[in-house]
This record gives sequence, structure tokens and C-alpha cells, in this order.
Amino acid sequence: MAFNYDQYMRPGKLPHIWCPGCAHGTVMKAIIRAIDRVGLEKDRTVIVSGIGCASRMPGYVDFNTLHTTHGRSLAFATGVKMADPSLNVICVAGDGDSLAIGGNHFIHACRRNIDITMIVFNNNIYGMTGGQFSPTTPHGRLASTTPYGNPDYAFDVAELSMGAGATYVSRGTVYHAVPLERQIADGITHNGFSVIDALCTCPTTYGRRNKLGSPIDMILWFKDNTVGIKAAQKLSPEEMEGKILTGVFRNDIKPEYCEEYQKIVEMAQGG
Amino acid sequence: MSGKEVFYQGNEACAEGALYAGCRFFGGYPITPSTEVAELLSRRLPKVGGAFIQMEDEIAAMASIIGASLVGKKSLTATSGPGMSLKLENLGFACITEVPCVILNVMRGGPSTGLPTGPSQSDVMQAKWGTHGDHPAIVLTPASVQEIFNETVRAFNISERLRTPVILLTDEIIGHMREKIVIPEKGELEIWDRPRPDCPPEEYLPYDTSKGIVPPMADFGSGYRFHVTGLNHDASGFPTNKPSLVEPEEERLMAKVTENLDMIEKYEYFQKDGAKVGVMAFGSSARSAKAAIKQAQEEGIPVDLLRPVTLWPYPEGPTIEMAGRVDTIVVPEMNLGQMINEVQRCIEGRAKVVGVNRVDGDPITPENILQKIREVV
Repeated sequence: MAFNYDQYMRPGKLPHIWCPGCAHGTVMKAIIRAIDRVGLEKDRTVIVSGIGCASRMPGYVDFNTLHTTHGRSLAFATGVKMADPSLNVICVAGDGDSLAIGGNHFIHACRRNIDITMIVFNNNIYGMTGGQFSPTTPHGRLASTTPYGNPDYAFDVAELSMGAGATYVSRGTVYHAVPLERQIADGITHNGFSVIDALCTCPTTYGRRNKLGSPIDMILWFKDNTVGIKAAQKLSPEEMEGKILTGVFRNDIKPEYCEEYQKIVEMAQGG
Repeated sequence: MSGKEVFYQGNEACAEGALYAGCRFFGGYPITPSTEVAELLSRRLPKVGGAFIQMEDEIAAMASIIGASLVGKKSLTATSGPGMSLKLENLGFACITEVPCVILNVMRGGPSTGLPTGPSQSDVMQAKWGTHGDHPAIVLTPASVQEIFNETVRAFNISERLRTPVILLTDEIIGHMREKIVIPEKGELEIWDRPRPDCPPEEYLPYDTSKGIVPPMADFGSGYRFHVTGLNHDASGFPTNKPSLVEPEEERLMAKVTENLDMIEKYEYFQKDGAKVGVMAFGSSARSAKAAIKQAQEEGIPVDLLRPVTLWPYPEGPTIEMAGRVDTIVVPEMNLGQMINEVQRCIEGRAKVVGVNRVDGDPITPENILQKIREVV
């Protein structure tokens, strides 16, 4: 039987604002299936977002949902989690939201290892404002503010997260929706800060300008240009040229922030 | 007032006042001259089962207290001028989403990094108009260590009851001065909590005002699932741009304040028979003003004093009343003239208005004010 998404959707809140061909819905569905897979209670789950296309996602789903200011979702989420560590806290954010304006909050959430799951809807562009380049727009690509090609170099979300101390780091794509769901589920159950770099597509403001073909072509591109972390070990550097690594890059155990703070509470109370 | 006598610094009084009011979350970022609040709460909050977190910046600190408040915890942050500039983005978010929280701004010189250890009163207009968009502003300006304690409790109470952020505006002088104060016994000061819903969760509308101007607020995680957004929203909390819904909501946010002036407004007004001069001053400048007025009295010059404890909404009534009694109002403030504009706006030429201003990092002395009083008599 097909998965029943309705049980997690808010009646009357569709259609969504995303453009035809946008892959954000695929990531949203992977998140819903992951939540269902690990059995989170709707009342005990808080989904937090910032600003941008991805950040409208919490409005569609039936949890405690918080749509905040640009880039600040992790800062709000940190307050939520610290105020009640028994809540399940998930952040959803685009690449611009989480890594440019929210870059400071991102690296510090990684460093603290607070038990929040961060899903980056990474479509390499600022979609909602009309296609300006983002911190993950590849060098040389066209955007509405890089008419001669992007002079900036892109962040590798996974490398950045690991460098900053996140204890669960993975990358999936909307072509590989089932492994993406599994990674999100792992991220939710992981006790610490989890980052899932969810590669998705913006055909309207990115694909069209860079002549990447139809929405389907853009999704199929992931099939041919990504390599799973295990498969990559068997490939030569030449064969790996231009390929994007996917899979789970890190899954470490390290003391979680709220649990560490609980020890401080006990110490302060003379326990 | 019965209770424990202590010798406290202004910033310590704020931290203790917050705990007394039931604050159980502090998110902050260190900045002089407010740091003692964070330092004290980092020790005290875990003792009472609360949480302290030093965030990565002032923006995050403000965000964290809103997040914690949505889970039901009374929350505080403390900062100074440059940090306040950063908090303004999320202050607006708290206004439109109606999330109670308290922000202490211990003013220092500016603009920019300014005078980190010098006092100032130059955030008067920022406190009112800092965050973008039309929004209500409630700003309390205590002038003594005891008053910082009491006004901190009142700030939480007002914030909870009206579901809006409240700013405590002090300065380096009262933030760092020490005075004997009395910490009231538990129960001596009334403590208010936000209105919470009593309807079944499936019927809950987070911005339903059918039963009053301040809608009940559920805690995240309590079984009432709802959506919060900084976008203009309807009673259900979901975004709307319908003019017929947006304008009444914006007006209601302001009305929460304008219709509750009895609860919010507080001032001291001393009138002296035959006074031709009045002084309008708040915070540490009001302390100098009191000394100046005493000296003027000894010289045979009677002077009225108006000291707003609530700076915003601005005490229009008492200012107009004073203007009706005196010929000249002297406005001492540690800035180049901010509050003076409000005085002039209110009294519409009913009296002459002159400023006493200093921005050199030193306080306005009683002598500075006395000299101006003598000049205008």
C-alpha cells in the first residue's frame, strides 16, 4: 500500500508555493517518511525553518512549526531544544539560508553537538528572491547576480559540517529518495547534531539560466554524477573527476550538548 | 517591603529580578557593560533548573530566547548598544508573533562600538523605532538598583500578560553602581503568566482574539500544535496578505499597548508651588536632576520634576500637565537630543524646551542641570 502522507499534512494548506518541477516536495516527502519510520510523535516534534523556498515547508506539515527570520532557524531551534530537551527538533533550510546569512549559527550548532537534525535543501541558488548565487553555486555558473559567471567558490556542506564538529554528516539526492529518507531517519535518531545535505533542484531560476535541461534532466543528472562513498573506493581519481560523493560521511558518538548541560544542572544543585 | 537586604549592583539586581519573576532561560552574548547579568545567571539558572546558554552572537541570543519562550519558559537576554542593534531583527519577530520575552539594554556610547565603558542614553529612539515596520514598544527605564529589580519583575509581568517583548533600558552608571536593596519575599510581588488556552487542542487558533485583545498562547510540546511565522498571519497563524486581515492585526498589536496604559505607564512627578521651570529626565540623568532640583530649591528656585519609569509608550499626559504649569522644561539626557523631541511633540509649544546634553562619556552632573535652571529662570 502506498505511504499515506495525509496523516502528517495540514489539511487545506496545499497547493504549496513551490514552482512546477521543483524538487523540494521530494525532500519534504523523504522527511515525512523518515519521521514515520522512527515514530516521532507529532505533539513532541518541532520543525523550525528560516527564510526561503525550503523554509515554507513547515507550514504544510502537522507538527509544532516555527518559520523564523532569514538564516536563524538553528538559533531559534537551540532555544527550543534547551528549553525542553525531550522535544524532537528538526531544522529545514535552503543553502543560502543555512550557509550564508546563517553560516555562523550553522558552524556553532555543529560545534555544540546539540541534538538537532539539520536538513539542507541544497539547490545551489537563492530561489525565492529570483536566482541570485548562493554559497553552494558552483564556480563559473550563471545566476542573476553573476551574469558573467560566479567568481565565488562553493562550500562543500559535508566538509564544512565535519570541520565544525557535527557528529552525523551525510549527503543524499532527490534522485536517490529512499537512501535520503534513511539518512534523515538516521539523523533524527542520532544523539547529537546531524547534517543531511539534500541535493535538490531548482529548474526555474538555476537550471533554466544554466541550460541544465528539463526538471527531469536535472534530477537524472544526480544519477550520473554522484557516487556512493563505498563505490567511490573502487574508482580511480580519473573516474571520480567531477563526481559528487554521497552517503554517510560521519556517524560518531560524542557527548550531546543538552545532556552535558544537565550534568551542569546537577552539579549546580549539589548532586 | 520585607525581605532580604543585599548590597547589589544594578546588573545583579536585573538578574535577581528576572529569577524572582520566574525567568528560566537566558540566551546571551557577552558585551560590556551588561556582562554581569550573564555571569550571574550562568551560576544561578542551573540551580533553579533553568538553562543558560552563551550563543554565538547577539542575533542568535535573541532568537534563542524566543525559541525558549515558545516552549513556555520565561526568557531574558542582556546586551548593550552594538548588541541591541543586532537583536532588532528578531525583536520584530517577537512583536509580530507575540512571543513574550525581556531584553535588557545597558546603554553605552555610540554609534558603532562607541564608548564600551562610558554611560549613554542614546538608544532612546532605537528602543522605540529600532526594528523595522510599525510595532508596539514597551520600554522601562529604572533609575536605581532597587528599581531595576522591581522593574525587571514588572517587565516580565507586562511581557507575559500582553504577549510582547519588553525592553529594560538602563545605562552603565546604574548598571554598575551598588546600592542597598531589599529582595522581597516570595509572593510579595505579584507574578503574572501568559494567558494559556483551555479549549480542546483541535479547536485552538493561536491568534484568535474573539475573547480578548491578547490571544491565549500554548506551549510547543503541550499537545496544541500550531504554526508560528514572522509573516503577517491570520487567526490560525498561517501567512496571509489579505488587506482586510493584515491591517486589523497590525492595529491590534499597537492596541495591546495603547489600551493597557494603566498597566504599563509609570512615572514620578514632583511639583513645587510656584515653579516656572520643570525638569524631564529618566535613568541616571534623573538622579542628577534630583540633586540639582534640591540645590535650586535651596537657592529659592522651585522646580518641577517628571521622571518617566515607562519611557515608551511616552508619558504624554504628565508631560502636557507639566507644560501647563511651567514656562520652561529642561531636558537633560546623555545624547545629543532624542527624548527632547518627544517632549516638544507632546506639548505643542505650551512651554519652552531646552536640552542639557553630554556625549563625552561622563555623566550629566547636578551642576550641569543647575546651571541651565539658573539660566532659564
